[in-house]
Order: sequence, then C-alpha cells, then structure tokens
Amino acid sequence: MENHTTELYEGRFELKEIQRLEGHTDRVWSLAWNPATGTAGIPPVFASCSGDKTVRIWQQSLSTGSWDCKAVLEETHTRTVRSCAWSPTGKLLATASFDATTAIWEHIGNDFECVSTLEGHENEVKSVVWNASGSLLATCGRDKSVWIWEVLPGNEFECVSVLQGHTQDVKMVQWHPTMDLLFSCSYDNTIKIWAEDGDSDDWHCVQTLGESNNGHSSTIWALSFNAVGDKMVTCSDDLTIKIWDTDSMRMQSGDGYAPWKHLCTLSGYHDRTIFSVHWSREGIIASGAADDAIRFFVEDKDGLVDGPTYKLLLKKEKAHDMDINSVQWSTGIVLVSINAFERLARV
Amino acid sequence: MVSGLINANPVVYEKKERRVQDYARQCLSNEKWDCIDIKDPEHPYSLEELKVITEDAIEVDDNHSHVRVTFTPTVEHCSMATVIGLCLRVKLMRSLPSHYKVDIRVAPGTHATEAAVNKQLNDKERVAAALENPNLLDMVDECLAPSYGNE
Repeated sequence: MENHTTELYEGRFELKEIQRLEGHTDRVWSLAWNPATGTAGIPPVFASCSGDKTVRIWQQSLSTGSWDCKAVLEETHTRTVRSCAWSPTGKLLATASFDATTAIWEHIGNDFECVSTLEGHENEVKSVVWNASGSLLATCGRDKSVWIWEVLPGNEFECVSVLQGHTQDVKMVQWHPTMDLLFSCSYDNTIKIWAEDGDSDDWHCVQTLGESNNGHSSTIWALSFNAVGDKMVTCSDDLTIKIWDTDSMRMQSGDGYAPWKHLCTLSGYHDRTIFSVHWSREGIIASGAADDAIRFFVEDKDGLVDGPTYKLLLKKEKAHDMDINSVQWSTGIVLVSINAFERLARV
Repeated sequence: MVSGLINANPVVYEKKERRVQDYARQCLSNEKWDCIDIKDPEHPYSLEELKVITEDAIEVDDNHSHVRVTFTPTVEHCSMATVIGLCLRVKLMRSLPSHYKVDIRVAPGTHATEAAVNKQLNDKERVAAALENPNLLDMVDECLAPSYGNE
C-alpha cells in the first residue's frame, strides 16, 4: 500500500504555472494563504508583502478562475514589509516590517483597515505568526529578540514576553501546529524552542538545536511542520534541508517536554541558499531557493530499515528567473514569490 | 595625517596608463570596469588604486549568469570592509541583468573577521535592510559616483 502511495505521487506530480501576478514594484518577500478561504464556495485569497512597502490581497474569481488584486495595503509601513500572517479565522492579517513595527489589519467591508500597530522591536521585524488558537502572536527581528503578544478583546495586543537567547538576528518564528510551543530560527545557525512555565506565565528556551545536534552550519531561513506536528523541516544557507522529529506520544500526553532530534539531512538538491520550505497537509515538502529552483520531497516508505528517509518527488529548474523567496502550499496549489511578482502553480 | 581614519596611510598604486586603460576597457565587460572604478569609502582613490580590487578578482561567468568578486581590504581590521562589499554589490545590482547571481567575498586571510564579513555581504535580507538606511545609502552612492576628481 505504501509503495502504491509513492507511485501515485510520482505519476501525479507536474508543476504548471497558472498565472503570473504583477503589481508589486519590488521584491516579494513573503506570502500567506487566508485559511478561512478556498472552501465551501468561498473564493481562495492570499496576501503578498514586498520591498515596495505594500501588502497586496489577491482573490480568485470563482467564475473565470483568474486571480486579481483586491486590495493594496499601503501608507502604513514606511519600509520593506518582510512577513505576513493571517489569524486562524482569517479575519485579521498581521504584517511585519523593517520599519520596526507590526501592523494588524482587519477586513472591514471591502477594505482592510489598520486596527493596531505593535511597537517594541528596536529595528527590523522579520517574521510574524499567530498560534493555532489565535490567542497569541509572535514576532522576531534583527534585535535578536523574539516577542510574544497576547491578543486581547478590542484589537488590543499586550506583550507578554521578550525572549533573548539568539546571538544574531532571528529570521523566522513559527508556532507548533497544535501546542503553544514557539520555534525560532536565526542567523546564529540555531533553532530555539520556547515554552511557557506552567505556573509563572514566563516563557523560556527549552531546547536549542545547533550544529552539535546535527544542525545547520549557516543561517536558517525557514521552518515548517507536518500536519500532525511530530516532524519539522528547516532550510538553510548551508544548502541543506533538515528533518527533525519528536516523540508524539510523549508530546501529547503532556508528560514533560518531548525533545526534538535530527532525523535526516537532504543535501545536494539546491546549489544556492534555500530561503523557503513548506510542508503540505498531504505530506509533501516544497523548497525554494536562490538557485531559482523548486523541489518537492516526500517520505520514502521503502527505506524503513534505517529509519525514515525522504526522496525527491519533483524538481523544477528555473521555476523563476530569479531567487525564490517563499513557497506556500494551498490544496493542490503552490504559491511562489520572487522579485516583483508572484506566480501560482498547480500540482 | 589627521585621524579617525581606519587606515590613515594606505599604499597607493599607480593607475594603469591611460593607453593600457583604454585597451582594458575594450576587453573588460562594463561591469568589471565599473567595479574597479569605485571610490574607496575613506580615501580619494579608486578601489583599483588601492589594490582592493583588481580585474582578475572579478570572475564573470555569462553562461551561468554568475559573478564572483574577491576583494582585499587594505588592513586586516578594516571596518570599512562591509561598506566596500556593499558598494560592489550595489554596483553590480544596478548594472547586471536581474537574474545574475553575485557572490562577494574577502580574499582568504586578508581580514580578521573574514567569515562574518562574507556571511553578512551575502545575506540578501541584511543587504536589503542596509540599503534602506539613508546614511549608508548616501555613503554607497558617494563611492559609486563617477566624478570623484581624479580622472
């Protein structure tokens, strides 16, 4: 059966460009699908953010199938908008900027209105993300810190913790998909995992995954989890992709912290910095890099003797004619961002 | 010489003779020429005159749309190394087709914090952030300005 699944994957996958979306006038840094769209007759929507200081909202027309820009969020951020993230309900969009602020936008009528601005980072904010329940927001930046914000009624956001520990700028933060565990990756070549103390409401670092743990030897640009949350994938300037896992039984039982360990390293697939990695709900890992290529990987169930391995499912050379900054899955669609425009590709 | 200068007395090498230069100009791609003609951030000399950069140190591979630049700071502790590297990167960004990949490195063994300088110069997010800093951008633009007087 498992073999059958793999073969099916191999026969099924081909990457075709659906549409090229133009509008941004500078590098597109990051993309985010609105999780409340794309099902039950609601047209799919995503946001893109750019070095042109704006955020664009794109929507697919259900009648024609074509994608159009529905809104441009501008005149709020004064520098590059580096990262964007929708709240789990899809009602709020958070955007992190090099201008040291994080803005919260609410979809009101046909407009997006900036309803809150989070200040605190000393300089460039590089990533923003909501936890699974939408009760917490995390940001990180060049000031080497990670901030956790509590979402209060009335679009109020209160900083509950400022986490110091990384020795260089922090490139990305991601919440675990089911638990309130925060993961951060950095220019200091490490991944740090942060958890809340049971009683004191204090957050602290519970694990650091560095080079001595079979970790990366250069900047880690992104990380992503599988659907269950017992595996994590990271990508780096060291040209490798690494898979990490944890004891899912122990994690779910709440019986203490279940540490993460290195599972395998995928190397030799990209020959320039890997900027983005994203694990689809269906179990396919997509990676995008400065070599302009996209790669898909899937677990190879044949190799269980030596533990799980991952094999290349698809390679798309020259997917773009410039660096790939972000790859993000929706169901059956992978969205890719580069300089000045985005492309959608259907699997 | 007065100074808060990092290297107050750099060795200045002669510019190539005009005739040789004209010949070189024909042979070199324009990008290479532009690079060696960048002004040093501290001194009224070009990077070529200070031997920070030479023609040979700019390797252009048009088949693979790839450029590799290796520069040599005048002193091991040169804090201007990142600014020089940034100037080289901006110059190439502005003159090369956008799909070209550029790697900029300090010549091995010529800088005290070689690995750190190289890492910073090749992190495109840091480069993008640096270029949004008006003071730094002014400094870069000044080095890239064609008229610094000694032609």
